[in-house]
Amino acid sequence: MSAGTYASLVDLAAGLLLLSAVLVVWRRDLRAATRLLAVQGAALGAIPVLAGIRARDAHLLVVGAAVIALRAVVFPRLVAARLRGAPSHDREGAPVVNTATSLLVTALLVTAAYALGGSLVHAGPSSSARAAPVGFALVLVGVFLLATRRHALSQVVALLLLDNGIDAVAFLASHGVPPVVELGASLDVLLAIVILGVLAGRMHEKFGGTDLDDLRELHE
Amino acid sequence: MSGALLVTLPVAAPVAAAVVAVVAPWPRARSASGVAASLAVLACGVALAAGNEVGRTVADDHLLRVDAAAAFMVTVIGAIGTLATVAGVGYLRTEGARDATATRDARRYEALVQVFLAAMTLSVLAGNLGVVWVAIEATTISTAFLVGHRRTRSSLEATWKYVVICSFGITLAFFGVVLLYLAATQAGIPPAQALDLGTLSAHAARLDPALTRLAVGLMLAGFGTKAGLVPFHTWLADAHGQAPAPVSALMSGVLLSVALVVVLRVRSLADAALGPGFARDWLLATGLATLLVAVSLLVAQRDLKRLLAYSSLEQMGLLAVAAASGTRLAIEGILLVVAAHGLAKALLFVTAGELQHAEGTTSISDLAGVASRAPALAGALAAGLVALVGLPPFALFAGEIAIARGMADAHLATALAAALVLLVVGSGSLVSHGVTVLFGRPAREGRRVRASPATAVVAVTGVTVLLVLGVVGGPLAHLLAAAATSLGAR
Repeated sequence: MSAGTYASLVDLAAGLLLLSAVLVVWRRDLRAATRLLAVQGAALGAIPVLAGIRARDAHLLVVGAAVIALRAVVFPRLVAARLRGAPSHDREGAPVVNTATSLLVTALLVTAAYALGGSLVHAGPSSSARAAPVGFALVLVGVFLLATRRHALSQVVALLLLDNGIDAVAFLASHGVPPVVELGASLDVLLAIVILGVLAGRMHEKFGGTDLDDLRELHE
Repeated sequence: MSGALLVTLPVAAPVAAAVVAVVAPWPRARSASGVAASLAVLACGVALAAGNEVGRTVADDHLLRVDAAAAFMVTVIGAIGTLATVAGVGYLRTEGARDATATRDARRYEALVQVFLAAMTLSVLAGNLGVVWVAIEATTISTAFLVGHRRTRSSLEATWKYVVICSFGITLAFFGVVLLYLAATQAGIPPAQALDLGTLSAHAARLDPALTRLAVGLMLAGFGTKAGLVPFHTWLADAHGQAPAPVSALMSGVLLSVALVVVLRVRSLADAALGPGFARDWLLATGLATLLVAVSLLVAQRDLKRLLAYSSLEQMGLLAVAAASGTRLAIEGILLVVAAHGLAKALLFVTAGELQHAEGTTSISDLAGVASRAPALAGALAAGLVALVGLPPFALFAGEIAIARGMADAHLATALAAALVLLVVGSGSLVSHGVTVLFGRPAREGRRVRASPATAVVAVTGVTVLLVLGVVGGPLAHLLAAAATSLGAR
């Protein structure tokens, strides 16, 4: 693969990461959000795969395949399995911040991410480090979603977006963190999603819904 | 025993006990293996600490490494873990008698407690910052269903908040770890060693300051979440209030301080890379804010378990302020407070849990006048509270004096004064609420309550150890000094 092809394919993957994050903000339908997460996971996994093909490094190919399996297939499916097929349930209700404002905030966050990330991450082992601010943008958008979404599963989606962003920084600026850390971190995320899914199910049984505003028994 | 075994056993023994809890059909074998695993952790901690008096490294490979601070923390985890598993046997027995906890739930409870213990020992023993992170996150994973063990509406609410807030905090810390890894590889450290704590502090000066500053900030905020530090402290009181008492004892007694030790390690790294100012300012600000929040919620508290939770928050705030100074005396004081507060809090939570079981409430006004109905439990509660507010001869007193002197040495007199004022107000409200619980006018006629054998064992052991630590803390001096050195004391 020539340097030019590699650079444009990495840029494409980074563009998909950012686009899917913006679409998650735009769509309040959770089924759509899980599909977008799958796209995002595939784009994320493509980055080490491309680097692996370019450097003829089998290790990176394995890492990329694992990332795709987990983030494009397993994680989104775990969230989707907790949806109930009822449009009233599988949707973020009246949002804290409306869609137009959310998109505006997202645009500001992306700009901030480029200002911040661009100055911090200098040229890494490959040209892909230029795209690292996309990871910062995903992190900021994830934090924003976590703060403004009230559906239990929306918060899981936000946490996953945040986590994808961190992984994106690691893969774009370097070749990812050491395997033992990547493995442990993925396992922890996997278990956290399972736990939050079980809790969302119990919440549905006990409260008849998964709106976090129903959680108001414990306070001072 | 060989060094490698001593280092591996504190993680391996609880994992083995967790397996036993899942597969063994006999309840007695499950309880016994749980207590035995905690005792094994304690024994390893003592052996490591004894072999570690001068700060010698016992074992050093890339995954696990022992310094004096790790040896000290393994001992504390083992001691409080033992108290909590003994109390857990009593908890499961009383819950089983009411048929509230079926066998399947009991197994899960026992297995998760052991996984929780293993995660905590791993997070103090791991030599790789990435593995430390994985272990800290594993403490959240393993305690989620423990907090929600009772399956009530409020415990579900507490669990949700706990998992989401801690996952978020710990994700921030992971971002910090990743950025630090980038800074290290950019500085030419080989990727395999780029998260090794020893390598990082040896080459700290070469790290890019801007990137490291962001990484350290994220790690302090993220690991600080698990230590209960502001701004992500809101999970703490809910989780501690709703969890079964022995789990609250573990979370409040050791989990918070395990996370705090990670914060101290990050601080020592930050000092080496960025100079002392950055982490100091951060810790001062969050520590004082945590103290302020905790004390203001202590004053008007109506629930005994939440009172204990906010008192833990108060202690963590104090320890963060003390950590800001970074002096040897202050760090030795921090470690002494970690041990003494952990023991006192474990004792208090277990007693409060027993009272909750007997009286069906944790409301301070409903519990009023416990001294006449449950003299033994009231005695334990009183002893625990006296130890907790830092009165001599208990060990907390010595720890707080060391912190005060250490901070004065570091010219942080203003912060020290602010912290002391808040501490006095906090202790005052602890005492006044404690007096209400013990001697207040009873809201209703209650039956007499006797302490269960498990609680009696925990209470007597806890008070004895606290007294011994306070009166003859001398033998600990070497260990504390070595531990402070390994945490980068100046």
